[in-house]
Amino acid sequence: MAFFLETTFGGLMVGMLYALVALGFVLIFKASGVFNFAQGAMVLFAALAMARFSEWLPQWTGIENRWFANIAAFVLAGLVMFVTAWVIERLVLRHLVNQEGATLLLATLGIAYFIDGLGQTLFGSNIYKIDIGLPKDPIFVFDSLFQGGILINKEDLIAAAIAAALVLALSLFFQKTSTGRALRAVADDHQAAQSIGIPLARIWVIVWCVAGVVALVAGMIWGSKLGVQFSLATVALRALPVVILGGLTSVPGAIIGGLIIGVGEKLSEVYLGPYVGGGIEIWFAYVLALVFLLFRPQGLFGEKIIDRV
Amino acid sequence: MKLKSLALAAAAVSALAGTAPAFAQAKEQFIPVLSYRTGAYAPNGAPWANGFVDYLKLVNARGGLNGVKLSFEECETGYDTARSVECYERLKSKGASFVQPLSTGATFAITEKAPADKIPVLTIGYGRSESADGTVFKWNFPIAGTYWVASDAILQAIGKKEGGLDKLKGKKIALVYHDSPYGKEPIPLLQERAKMLGFELQLLPVTAPGVEQKATWLQVRQNRPDYVLLWGWGVMNSTAIKEAQATGYPREKMYGVWWAGAEPDVKDVGDGAKGYNAVTMQHGAEPQSKLVKDVLAMVHDKGQGTGPKGDVGQVLYMRGAMSAMIGVEGIRAAQERFGKGKVMTGEQVRWGLENLNLTQAKLDALGFSGVMRPISTSCADHMGASWARIHTWDGAKWNFTSDWLQGDEQIIKPLVRSTAAKYASEKKLTPRTPDDCQS
Amino acid sequence: MLYRENGQFKSSYRADQQIFPILQDRVFIIAVLALAFVAVPLLASDYLFRAILIPFLIFSLAAVGVNILVGYCGQISLGSGAFMAVGAYGAYNFFARVPGMPLVPALILGGLCATAFGILFGLPSLRVRGLYLAVATLAAQFFADWMFLRIKWFTLDTPSGSVAVSNLQVLGLPLESAVSKYLFCLAVLVVIALLAKNLVRGAIGREWMAIRDMDVAAAVIGIRPMYAKLSAFAVSSFIIGVAGALWAFIYLGAWEPSAFSVDYSFRLLFMVIIGGLGSIMGSFFGAAFIVVLPIALNQFLPVLAGVFGLQISTVGISHAELMIFGALIVWFLIVEPHGLAKLWSTAKQKLQLWPFPH
Repeated sequence: MAFFLETTFGGLMVGMLYALVALGFVLIFKASGVFNFAQGAMVLFAALAMARFSEWLPQWTGIENRWFANIAAFVLAGLVMFVTAWVIERLVLRHLVNQEGATLLLATLGIAYFIDGLGQTLFGSNIYKIDIGLPKDPIFVFDSLFQGGILINKEDLIAAAIAAALVLALSLFFQKTSTGRALRAVADDHQAAQSIGIPLARIWVIVWCVAGVVALVAGMIWGSKLGVQFSLATVALRALPVVILGGLTSVPGAIIGGLIIGVGEKLSEVYLGPYVGGGIEIWFAYVLALVFLLFRPQGLFGEKIIDRV
Repeated sequence: MKLKSLALAAAAVSALAGTAPAFAQAKEQFIPVLSYRTGAYAPNGAPWANGFVDYLKLVNARGGLNGVKLSFEECETGYDTARSVECYERLKSKGASFVQPLSTGATFAITEKAPADKIPVLTIGYGRSESADGTVFKWNFPIAGTYWVASDAILQAIGKKEGGLDKLKGKKIALVYHDSPYGKEPIPLLQERAKMLGFELQLLPVTAPGVEQKATWLQVRQNRPDYVLLWGWGVMNSTAIKEAQATGYPREKMYGVWWAGAEPDVKDVGDGAKGYNAVTMQHGAEPQSKLVKDVLAMVHDKGQGTGPKGDVGQVLYMRGAMSAMIGVEGIRAAQERFGKGKVMTGEQVRWGLENLNLTQAKLDALGFSGVMRPISTSCADHMGASWARIHTWDGAKWNFTSDWLQGDEQIIKPLVRSTAAKYASEKKLTPRTPDDCQS
Repeated sequence: MLYRENGQFKSSYRADQQIFPILQDRVFIIAVLALAFVAVPLLASDYLFRAILIPFLIFSLAAVGVNILVGYCGQISLGSGAFMAVGAYGAYNFFARVPGMPLVPALILGGLCATAFGILFGLPSLRVRGLYLAVATLAAQFFADWMFLRIKWFTLDTPSGSVAVSNLQVLGLPLESAVSKYLFCLAVLVVIALLAKNLVRGAIGREWMAIRDMDVAAAVIGIRPMYAKLSAFAVSSFIIGVAGALWAFIYLGAWEPSAFSVDYSFRLLFMVIIGGLGSIMGSFFGAAFIVVLPIALNQFLPVLAGVFGLQISTVGISHAELMIFGALIVWFLIVEPHGLAKLWSTAKQKLQLWPFPH
């Protein structure tokens, strides 16, 4: 029983981390109708920027304080993501308005390759460290109830808390601010939003920038866990089932989807895996999402696809 | 029309490329360097390539091989089999002396092509363990160690720690491995040993590239094995050690293979990897060796160094240098027989690699004293040596924590022979005759 | 004015229904075939065959398959790598387990294995659509990855999971030299492309296109969506499976499961979109573009750098390749979202008016 709880907790926490990456996908799809396959590359790019800046800033400014280095690196990386968002909107999105889904998908894939190459050229291809002071050792709770206690990973717990805070902030942003309202209007209907005077191009830049900052937070947390190197981009492939399970247009869907996929993955690997030789996590997550899709073809919280004939 | 314009365009491109400085001129021995400096395995592949190329430059700085200079060209494979095959096809026409795929997957693919192209495949410390049998694998040379040697050495080290191999009876040993031919290599030997010694072997595959291993290590925590063997590459290694820390598994009980025991795997984890052990293929991190001093003096100080100076002397750097050294010595041995000072063909280099006799004196003269032990290959034995040691990370550097170990020939040789025989029967190859061994 | 396609009247139904009704098209196709079968083997070098032409042929075949599914039937699929893998391993199992199995039947049986796999993983298309389907087909990709690593039966119980084929021959002629391999792939490609072209201009092809354009309306007029979608998956995966078997047998020779990674799925989708959705000719253009580009960049960049007096390392070239590849894809999609096939038909239109401007 204790082990089951451990696995479930672990799954919930990893699920939150997947949800963090999935959030980027959802934000961009909601506002601009583009399925951003470059999200993984953006996570990597942002993480690389932050890791290298936190390394270089002490050299450039001579200030050795780690907090300063981390915060300043975060801000600088955020700026880099803003510039990236602006460039992508200007050079790519503006010219691809109204194209089919498949074309946009592949355009973002092209952007992904470009960002991959650019990130490695600017920042290098070794493993870099992001040290934001997250504790690495586990804690054991409930050892009165269960012998040996239940293992909880402190780093994952804090990361999940950060993710939850970010989601809360984003929800407040969408609900309470006027820019958030404008974003929701654009997500509903581009042309109607344009006709009432909402500047489409600026909204897209804002959305991609917000997605970039989300990618930065995700990159920071995953980078602190795994070290910043090329495989970080493959985390996006693990987060895709979360996106389709929760629905492409729903922020709470990304969170709930993340939790379901996280728990499902870990439980399947630990309990079903040994019978089939192991290594089933990745496809099990996709099959799980697929099963949900068979009942709700637009994801748990996604918008129903309505066809007019 | 499409094909014709394609053919013309390609001809134009290759003509243009031909005007670039031509490699492999009359008096130069060409060595293709298949490496990966980008992609998921770059942090481990780049230091190896730096060591390899630096050693070739060192040979040239020392005057070449009896006057013959070495020329080389790097080709980026990204650890992808198809790209490795493409690099191999492109570079073999320049008169390749030998090829080092640096990827077990690519080794399998190139093994099929090399005999027809007459280019020896040098797989120092990786590749197919059964290719040590030279009577079946005429063109493969897993010199200095294979994965069966590595796993056997680890078991012996564990046995020494426990007070005897018989004390392993009833213990649990888990293998956390990269789900690929590379990771699966040690399994036959470990299963054989499990039967012999009575320990329970648990196999835990990690899907490449091994970015998320929580479920694997939760299973480790549940089963509580006495020892964990780590057979990873690239980011999988550091992730495994981090997850071990996160689930509280003692790092002292972890033993990695020589591709999972280098600086890129542990530097990131720092103190969290303290106590982590890995088997080494003779050498470890050797910053004090004469070779390092020579490279720094004759290559890096002249501004010719490949990669950062800090890499020189590190584990993977030394492995690259050692791989280059063995290849070059194979060419030198070929020159002894076929003509000193002449450029050797692939077939002649193959003979040289098969008749390699690196005595301690020769190794010391090359700068490897205290780093390597003698290697001697023959027609039947393409491995030549099976020495290994264990080194442990103390938070800042690697320290040797065992004596010299050797793979147990009583176990390994029969396994090599039977697996090689199986390969021969599948491919309908006739094992080589003693006359063929002399050629 | 000089190039005129009009004035070619047909006097029988048979002549009207032929696959290339316009004389210029017939001449063009015959010229291309003559060049491909006769001229290229005489002119091209060994390296050109092994590194460029054979991959081009095999990937064009796969792109034709993907185009049928994505371009003609409108189902975005990211599982093409898996279909290639199933075709390859299926063909390998038949080739290695059945003594004396000739090569061509083994390839066809491998394709049929891929068909079965494709129909199975195409079932979600009956319920799920659009981008959701695209991500759902990734399940096929990762499942295939796992299946060939874990189920030893597929790899003939080799401990490493890596398999190899050798001594290939067709009707007694060995496939050893690059020219023979090239001609074999070309023959397979021509036959299958012809069959595909006939399929897409027949009733089933029209059903696929109806489903693509508006599947609800298609169902209303009596086209059965299940039959149409699953047949698209079946035909497409057969072709992709045969291409995968060719890739494994002819080009790689020895392979392991990671040889058919998700990267291939993306590459095939690139080829189809760059070449032009819904066009068999477009698949060839797209395949040529994607196959030749990395190699050309690899060869050309050091020369270009040399012109400016700079030295680029292999790392630099790799990164520059990635960046230029991505940038070219994006630029191309902006300039011509309908692909190279559209450029080709625009060129033909302009040719009809030439030398007049309008």
